Amino acid sequence: MRFPLRTPIALCVLLFFVLSASISYASEWRLNMTEGVTAVSQEVFSLHMLIFWICCGIGVVVFGVMFVSMFLHRKSRGAVAANFHESTALEFVWTIIPLLILVGMAYPATTTLMKIYDTEDAEVDVLITGYQWKWKYDFPEQGVSFFSNMSTPKEQILGGAEKGEHYLLEVDEPLLIPVDKKVRFLVTAADVIHSWWVPDLAVKRDAIPGYINQAWTKVQEPGVFRGQCAELCGKDHGFMPIEVHAVSQDEFDQWIAAKQARAQEIAEAAKQTLSFDELYTQGEAIYANQCATCHQPNGEGVAGVFPAIAGSPIALGALDEHLSRVVKGLGAMPAFGEQLTPVELAAVVTFQRNAFGNNMGDIVQPIDIVNYKQGQ
Amino acid sequence: MAHGPAKGLSRWLFTTNHKDIGTMYLWFSFLMFFLGGLFALVIRAELFQPGLQIVEPAFFNQMTTLHGLIMVFGAVMPAFVGLANWMLPMMIGAPDMALPRMNNWSFWILPFAFAALVSTLFMEGGAPDFGWTFYAPLSTTYAPPSVTLFIFSVHIMGASSIMGAINIIATILNMRAPGMTLMKMPLFVWTWLITAYLLIAVMPVLAGVVTMMLMDIHFGTSFFDAAGGGDPVLFQHIFWFFGHPEVYIMILPAFGIVSAIIPTFARKPLFGYSSMVYATASIAFLSFIVWAHHMFTVGMPLAGELIFMYATMLIAVPTGVKVFNWVTTMWRGAMTFETPMLFSIAFVILFTIGGFSGLMLAIAPADFQYHDTYFVVAHFHYVLVPGAIFSITAAVYYWLPKWCGRMYDEAMGRVHFWIAFIGLNVTFFPMHFSGLAGMPRRIPDYNPLWADWNMISSVGAFLFGAAQVLFLYIVIRTIIGGKKASDEVWEASHGLEWTVASPAPYHTFSTPPEVK
Ligand code: HEC
Ligand code: HEM
Ligand SMILES: [Cu+2]
Ligand SMILES: [Cu+2]
Repeated sequence: MRFPLRTPIALCVLLFFVLSASISYASEWRLNMTEGVTAVSQEVFSLHMLIFWICCGIGVVVFGVMFVSMFLHRKSRGAVAANFHESTALEFVWTIIPLLILVGMAYPATTTLMKIYDTEDAEVDVLITGYQWKWKYDFPEQGVSFFSNMSTPKEQILGGAEKGEHYLLEVDEPLLIPVDKKVRFLVTAADVIHSWWVPDLAVKRDAIPGYINQAWTKVQEPGVFRGQCAELCGKDHGFMPIEVHAVSQDEFDQWIAAKQARAQEIAEAAKQTLSFDELYTQGEAIYANQCATCHQPNGEGVAGVFPAIAGSPIALGALDEHLSRVVKGLGAMPAFGEQLTPVELAAVVTFQRNAFGNNMGDIVQPIDIVNYKQGQ
Repeated sequence: MAHGPAKGLSRWLFTTNHKDIGTMYLWFSFLMFFLGGLFALVIRAELFQPGLQIVEPAFFNQMTTLHGLIMVFGAVMPAFVGLANWMLPMMIGAPDMALPRMNNWSFWILPFAFAALVSTLFMEGGAPDFGWTFYAPLSTTYAPPSVTLFIFSVHIMGASSIMGAINIIATILNMRAPGMTLMKMPLFVWTWLITAYLLIAVMPVLAGVVTMMLMDIHFGTSFFDAAGGGDPVLFQHIFWFFGHPEVYIMILPAFGIVSAIIPTFARKPLFGYSSMVYATASIAFLSFIVWAHHMFTVGMPLAGELIFMYATMLIAVPTGVKVFNWVTTMWRGAMTFETPMLFSIAFVILFTIGGFSGLMLAIAPADFQYHDTYFVVAHFHYVLVPGAIFSITAAVYYWLPKWCGRMYDEAMGRVHFWIAFIGLNVTFFPMHFSGLAGMPRRIPDYNPLWADWNMISSVGAFLFGAAQVLFLYIVIRTIIGGKKASDEVWEASHGLEWTVASPAPYHTFSTPPEVK
């Protein structure tokens, strides 16, 4: 029996129209790669479109021949099979033509790649370090350094609140770069491999422990550009976005100055003595933000992966061990020495030693942290 | 001489019969296909809409990892080995595989490997969560304790594959019937011969890399630990030196299958037989020198980047030759469109689409935008699902009547095809768009910008899953109550396997046939 082919084909066509109709209605449906905002990203985009159209061309020819054949040369139309099965000439032709197309394609790809690799003569350097699960940005020349965490609230993720426009693509401290300057990114990682990707800049560079990879960009117009980590880096890989603001040189300078002033304040704050309550409350907040993803809000940890803080021999043991674990990390435990300020470190350690039923009763002051770090 | 199979369970436990072992491989792979598919549906259910609804991010990562590992090592590879077991001896006129006892072993260690792998789901710290590519140091210093069991099971799978490959090479090279010269072998035999060499070349590399991981984790070495002077990028080079040939291991036998099916239903000999053989060999060779196209963003020097880009583009040439040959085989044939042919034609079209996106990914500067996005997920599913899975499905429909002596229900076969075909495209085509629009892969939650595409993908995935349940039903119904099949089965079937009775007797070609 002949199964009616027409029904499924009609279904496919219908599906196609429904799809394309919905596409033209919803303006938000993004189909294609972004053209981006730099000369390089535009070149990458045109390479993408070029190879795309080449593929379409080849597809039309190959599938065209195939469909014609499927229509004409079917037994039900009375077709009788020919018997040819070899042609050196044909084989030669369809080896050479694709080869030529590929050579034609390789040329522009090579020139673009050479541009991407030319990281010389940068005017601003940014050192980018991937951490589980946040980014750290350093301006070595300006002596500025800060962490950038996702700022989307948990309620939005778990469905308790309306999702914002930049859901999962927003951070507390964006990276600012000046427009019209060649900015070089030096990319590395502190724990596992991450990948720093901002589609609008066409920059994607893996952040690998022990390596410093280079990339660059030169943004023409001010704007906000968002991206995400692109290499699986563990549990919260989907929650470490990137936000880059391209701003005027003036605004950039002010921002750097403000960051420098803030660094000064932190150094000053490290000299003060705080009360137990101050430390404990601040520590509680830091724990919730920084430690609870792994050690869990109730301090019980995750069996086999993240040890409990409640009753932990480290939190109930010698202070030096505890400080060492938090400042320097161990295995999958991140080193927080550079991620948190001395005040924050003192607070969170004080909190851990006195919360979840850990009743050590001791107080760690910021100055203890400074001394500990200097002693190392 | 002619004795039948033993009775009961011992038939299956101790069998050295290539047909029994082939059957066990195929059922095992079917089971794994459903398990891997189940994990895929967990992923797609979570991604149905933005926000976290069903699973925790940590569990999500375990699902992607197990889905990838089980599909690759549990579904596709054993299915091809099962087909090789069943068909190779019959195609070359041999009485059995060359090393029948080893054959029994190479199958029977597999269930243990996968039982170990799946059992990690119940371990403290959960199953492996570092992706099927298990990049260090996420899979070493930062891995859950189950990684050790994972390494163990990869070792067993590797041993099984190597034994299978040795057996296949020994069979093809030594046991062909008189007159069956190399250049007369069916293409399925050729592609498997070349695949077997690929397996022997790269499975030890995989074993090596997991052993280095084991050392790093338990014995204090630092092969991949930068803090100890090791190199995380070295891991990727070794992994992909295995991994790229591995993707060809999953596709070359598929080329062989469609090269058998298309001529049958076009009633015309395969066009360009010898160029098919040479193209397969050159693809196999090139597959060893393109591995770093998976690593364009790790920061290789410009020269390395260019070499790997050019070599990768080059693979398109022999692959193109194959596609052109299939199309020309159809040209001026007298085609009918039974289920195996439908799946084979879909294979040619959709695999070519996967090839196109592969060509796009080869362009290194553009890959900076594609890499690790859903565009890549779309690409490799277009080559793996319509590539490997559709060819295996086609093979089952094509040879099932020979295996069990009964014909499947053609109308149901076609319904299966159309649901699978539509389901597949609805699942995977939109992933091109979400990927280009910037959605990274391996994330459990995403910005609503990509919500519509994801919803469509998820609907398609469940449709595709339903098609496979139908497939299972069709296969069982055929075995139990299908109409008797003739010995030739197909009007224009061609080859030694069709000269034996249907169902194929327990022992075939005990006296070698004469091949002219
Ligand atoms: C990425 C997950 C992660 C985060 C975030 C994290 N930890 Fe840990 N932590 C670990 C792991 C894993 C260990 C076990 C390390 C080992 O012993 O190998 C650990 C161990 C510890 C220990 C020792 C516990 C014991 O009994 O061995 C302390 C104390 C600790 N962490 C404090 C903190 C503090 C304070 C923070 C937040 C500022 C924090 N951790 C954030 C993963 C994490
Ligand atoms: C039922 C059909 C299938 C569906 C719906 C499906 C779905 C998916 C999805 C959504 C992902 C991406 C996960 C992520 O990046 O977050 C994925 C990954 C993957 N799939 Fe499938 N898949 C299917 C069949 C297959 C088959 C048949 C194979 C192999 C032959 C396969 C191999 C892989 C591999 C290797 C990965 C990568 C895993 C990783 O990221 O480590 N899939 N699949
Ligand atoms: Cu990541
Ligand atoms: Cu590859």
